[in-house]
Amino acid sequence: MSSSRSTPSIVLPVSGRRGFLGSSALTLSAGTIALLGGAPSLARAATMDPMKDAGILNVALALEHEAINAYQLGAGSGLLQKPVLDVAVLFQSHHKAHRDALVATIEKLGGKPVAERPIADYAKALHADMLKNQTDVLQLAARLELGATNAYLGVIPAFGDSALSKVAARLAADETMHWTALSGALGQSLPTAALGFGA
Amino acid sequence: MSARGRLCALLALCAAALPALAAGDAANGQKLYESRCTGCHSVDENRIGPAHRGVFGRRAGSADGFGYSSALKKSAIVWNEKTLDAWLTEPEKLVPGQMMNVQVSDAKAREDIVAFLRSLSAR
Repeated sequence: MSSSRSTPSIVLPVSGRRGFLGSSALTLSAGTIALLGGAPSLARAATMDPMKDAGILNVALALEHEAINAYQLGAGSGLLQKPVLDVAVLFQSHHKAHRDALVATIEKLGGKPVAERPIADYAKALHADMLKNQTDVLQLAARLELGATNAYLGVIPAFGDSALSKVAARLAADETMHWTALSGALGQSLPTAALGFGA
Repeated sequence: MSARGRLCALLALCAAALPALAAGDAANGQKLYESRCTGCHSVDENRIGPAHRGVFGRRAGSADGFGYSSALKKSAIVWNEKTLDAWLTEPEKLVPGQMMNVQVSDAKAREDIVAFLRSLSAR
């Protein structure tokens, strides 16, 4: 496991975290926080069934718990080198912001936020023991981010409150940004077809 | 061959092609599964959603070790092409009170994903 750690297998398209991400990532994250955590009107908005919406958000919260722990497993594995490690920590911070905002919104809707599980549970479910190098970690992260993008897009029609549909779209945008950056770090080509997400 | 004969032959060809069309493309379904479903699901591990190996032909809400909604456990649905297509189209319409809520709006994508899920039961 440790033999491959010393040789980064990823060639970043540009050097440094800022170049890796572009300058918009932090702005997006802050916008999401403001949208969810700083906008109580969102939770007060009339909904067809607030508990149903809270239930959808609770599944999203479970997804965010898993993402946070996945990045924790990656960051703590010793397999990531800078600047990739810094990016992983940054993306984890986005997921923590998503988590906090979802918890606040679920509670305002009258729901009970689903609890985070022990990290060992996530490690088992994600087969973290199979991660052998930086590429493995990035591929896992990219797969989860793409899945999260499509999950958020897939629940948009299900919300009773259209404001929450917009929240899901904004969360999907964050996840898409993560996936795009990770795919670039892995040297993967951009999608050739338009409208490839969430159909 | 008479016109009637040609028509019969054409209909027979169409009929022969129908099962293949209905079965979906499992290989493409796997690609779709990996991009659309793996945010919450894995083939062999319960995560945010239940593991999918063996889902085809299984009663809804019965995978070992997963905490389903009471609505799904009570549904008495058995997963097949028809029920899985309805589930992926709009879970809440099929089982009010379920927890998934993710909708796959493209019919071909649903068909291919279902074909992949069916293939898991044969492995």
